[in-house]
Amino acid sequence: MRKNSTKLIFLAVIALVCIALFAFYNIQGGFSYAFPKRLERIAAMVITGTAIAYATVTFQTVTHNRLLTPSMMGVDSMYEVVQTIIFFFAGSASIFVVSRYLNFGLSIVAMVIFALILYRFLFRADKHPIFLLLLAGMIIGTLLGSLVTFLQVIIDPVEYESLQTRLFASFMNVKTELLLIAVIILGAAFIYGYRLLRDLDVMSLGRENAINLGVNYDRIVLKVLILSSVLIATSTALVGPITFLGLIVSNLAYQFFATYKHSVLIVGASLISIIALVGGQFLVLHVFQLSTTISVIINFVGGLYFIYLILKESRKAG
Amino acid sequence: MRLWMLVAATIVLSFLSLFIGAIDIKPSDLLDWESDKMQIFLMSRVPRLMAIILAGAGMGISGLIMQSLSRNKFVSPTTSGTLDAAKLGIVVSMIFFTSVGYMEKIIFSFAFALIGMMVFMRLLESIKFKDVIFVPLIGIMYGNIIGAISTFLAYEADVLQSVDTFFLGSFTLVVSGRYELLYIAVPAIFLAYLYANKFTVAGMGEDFAKNLGLSYRTVLNLGLVLVAIISTTVVLTVGIIPFLGLIVPNLVSLYMGDNLRKTIPHTIFLGAAFLLMCDILSRLIVYPFEIPVNTTVAVIGSAIFLVMLFRGKAYAKK
Repeated sequence: MRKNSTKLIFLAVIALVCIALFAFYNIQGGFSYAFPKRLERIAAMVITGTAIAYATVTFQTVTHNRLLTPSMMGVDSMYEVVQTIIFFFAGSASIFVVSRYLNFGLSIVAMVIFALILYRFLFRADKHPIFLLLLAGMIIGTLLGSLVTFLQVIIDPVEYESLQTRLFASFMNVKTELLLIAVIILGAAFIYGYRLLRDLDVMSLGRENAINLGVNYDRIVLKVLILSSVLIATSTALVGPITFLGLIVSNLAYQFFATYKHSVLIVGASLISIIALVGGQFLVLHVFQLSTTISVIINFVGGLYFIYLILKESRKAG
Repeated sequence: MRLWMLVAATIVLSFLSLFIGAIDIKPSDLLDWESDKMQIFLMSRVPRLMAIILAGAGMGISGLIMQSLSRNKFVSPTTSGTLDAAKLGIVVSMIFFTSVGYMEKIIFSFAFALIGMMVFMRLLESIKFKDVIFVPLIGIMYGNIIGAISTFLAYEADVLQSVDTFFLGSFTLVVSGRYELLYIAVPAIFLAYLYANKFTVAGMGEDFAKNLGLSYRTVLNLGLVLVAIISTTVVLTVGIIPFLGLIVPNLVSLYMGDNLRKTIPHTIFLGAAFLLMCDILSRLIVYPFEIPVNTTVAVIGSAIFLVMLFRGKAYAKK
């Protein structure tokens, strides 16, 4: 345990160094202009990183797998589907679009319902083998993604224009107007989720054992699934989809900490993902001076890592 | 299902396809050889029809060859990175040659598709665990990684937009003079028919094939070259058509079994009819505009694939 807290401090220091580098490196001319901009981006990355790490680790505990993540099943495409449907049926002048808060609230409610139906279908009583779930999850992601394109093409061109400005988010183009809502949601999720952590530790033992030990299993599964959908929705709305971040950081955290304690795992995974995002973005922007975004690189690295992980898993199975 | 039913369906759909479009052309207009409508008919509608039929049949056959060679129902150009590799080839040719002719694109795309497939086949040989779900899972990830490389290169070289337009996957740009490359697929399909039995034998494994006196490597390489040729021509003329090579052979084998000699004609006509249907849908939904056909195919195709994954679990496992 002591060792793990040392590791956490170590990661926290690296994360702070990354943030400091990103905030102050080579800042020229209008400090008063550039600095707040950078701070906004850092805030977005920290929020996204934490939200994705939290959502992924808890999701993987309640679904008893370490390979499938909410993003890989297209939960982030679902955000785009919901937004497109709102534009499609209500139009850009409707209250559901004009009011940021109503829009965000509505998307989250719709997403949670949608995600729950999906989970109910995929995870009924552990009947499906993990590889089938992975493949199905990825195909569902493709289906939702193409559905978005499909709806966007048949939408009215004027509506499409405003939908694009609404949907197009990335680390270069952070939806800063959503930062405040995101902070509130994340804070609420953490306070609410803190009480769940102990139960989650017990749930790692399996359903029967957890119930024997007095955990209201199915209720907590439901809570966690709702919570993780909300968090993924928040991060997608803020910076757009990053498919493989959750997979990378959760698995690195499992390897690095070798513990079942969710308080350690979640904080660790969050720090790793902050390092990956802020540090990665710093390298991309200032060291390699590339014009690409960190999401592209994360998807590349994540793809390789995923192949490595499932090859490892397959050796266990075969 | 009988073959004549598929042929009849293809003919009816072809007829519909010829007379649907922004400009209203009736069969009676075609009596006047000199009229504008006749010109449009010959310059745009007929090439489009030919392109759809060739692309549909070609993708179906490619999938069938790959499935018999790998003895896995879920391997296809979509789920083995072939299409992504062909795309990478075109991106590379766009970057390294300032003025890219058609020929360079063809050569690069073909070479990359072939290399991409060979690497994938090698990868498969090194995996001991050949689960029917596991292999396409690796394949999709492999394709994603290649796709990420394409996006990265395109970003850095500032050709992202032209690449994206290039791969929109649409038959709208198919006019006479721009689709004739697809005719290369005709001899490839014919060769596939001639070698059908040998592909089945080669799929049984190297030792088995050699025992039966088959030159295993030659047949395997021929199969890969044929798939690479067909995929390249389709990607270059109409863009990436996902899932077609996956679901069409599977649908055929559901009612016909796995005798390639018998299933190839069915695959050809079902592939053509399926793509024709998707294309007609894409043209009617937002008439007189169009939805890119690959979007329609992706929505319908991924949905069918999901149903196959879950409903056909018994047959998918073995």
